[in-house]
Amino acid sequence: MNTIKINIVSSSEEIYSGEATMVFATGTLGELGIAPGHTPLLTGLAAGPVRVQNGSDEETFFCSGGFLEVQPDLVTVLSDTAERAESLDESEAIKAKEIAEQELANKDTSIDYAKASAQLAEAVARLKTIQKLRKKQ
Amino acid sequence: MANTKEVRKQIASIKSTQKITSAMEMVAASKMKKTQDTMLEGRPYSLKIKDVISHVALANSEYPHPFYEERAPKKACFIVVSSDKGLCGGLNINLFKQVISKSAELNQQEIGSCFALIGTKASSFFKSVGGEVIAVAEKLGDKPNPDDLIGLTKVVLDMHKNNDIDQAYLCSNSFANTMTQQPNVDQLIPLAPEEQSEEAPSQWDYIYEPEAKELLDGLLTRYIESLVYQAVIENNACEQAAKMIAMKNATDNAGDLIKELELLYNNVRQAAITQELSEIVGGASAV
Repeated sequence: MNTIKINIVSSSEEIYSGEATMVFATGTLGELGIAPGHTPLLTGLAAGPVRVQNGSDEETFFCSGGFLEVQPDLVTVLSDTAERAESLDESEAIKAKEIAEQELANKDTSIDYAKASAQLAEAVARLKTIQKLRKKQ
Repeated sequence: MANTKEVRKQIASIKSTQKITSAMEMVAASKMKKTQDTMLEGRPYSLKIKDVISHVALANSEYPHPFYEERAPKKACFIVVSSDKGLCGGLNINLFKQVISKSAELNQQEIGSCFALIGTKASSFFKSVGGEVIAVAEKLGDKPNPDDLIGLTKVVLDMHKNNDIDQAYLCSNSFANTMTQQPNVDQLIPLAPEEQSEEAPSQWDYIYEPEAKELLDGLLTRYIESLVYQAVIENNACEQAAKMIAMKNATDNAGDLIKELELLYNNVRQAAITQELSEIVGGASAV
């Protein structure tokens, strides 16, 4: 029977990898059924189940959004680890900026290259001394 | 001549330090295994998304993405990945050295620099030397969550979108093996275009659902995020490996010091006994 390769991955782990005769997923624009030889397709995934059928076997994975790429012989599901919303991303970004501002309050923004290299040179010298100590013994 | 009590005190204090460093070495060794596993678990996603991106680059897309666009650079952003804790040898310092030299090089070409920092060590370093810091992510722990990095990445990408920066560099340590960690400064934006294979001129394009722009924006953002995340977990593995080596060296050094001090202690003790004896003998002969 004709099969298509399917890989489901999320950024922290590989979820599934194998062959399928048919793959069902929920795209952002609606339900998708993908058979082998499907035309190339790139779509967003909505939160929902991804069903992988291989003959009479069927496995279901939950996917909280992400992307789906279809090549004639390959389906790739890039699953997000969490649901993503524009507003949530925005608040995360604000948080990252805030920490930066707090950490570096009343600092001038031009980098002091002389000071930086002096500091680094000192640290490197310290490390070298330790290494020398090791070699001597 | 040092007295025996002082030397003994010193030996005791070094011994307790040695206990701590050897405990830290063992902790680092067990954490190293875990962080390496995390690093390997993250790999499939970054490989797959890379595959998809290279397919996308091959496809004859109607929408050229700004991440591929080479702009005359005026300002660059460095995403610097460091550890949260110290005591890991030259890991962070070697990386900062590379970042600073790259930034100085750009400075000479009149390209400004700004920094997005991951890890406490980076933020404290740039706090002391100055530099425009646009975002900070700290205390991500041994098993960082990809979602913790979204904010920082978004700040950088937004700045790129608004033409505030023209280039982005990802600076982190790559894990070669337990003994070697290599500091790297890699260009993130503009993305290096994939090499087009000659024999297969691409005429096909994807069906995009919904719009190409929206999809590619999302996909490339995820791609950059995954690169940053991968760098962070790899840097974590580096940190634990470097820490293990540093602590092993410290334990060995403490051992050597103790040996030397024990020799000194015995010398001092012997000298004291000899002196006492000679005093007794001297006293006896006087009587």
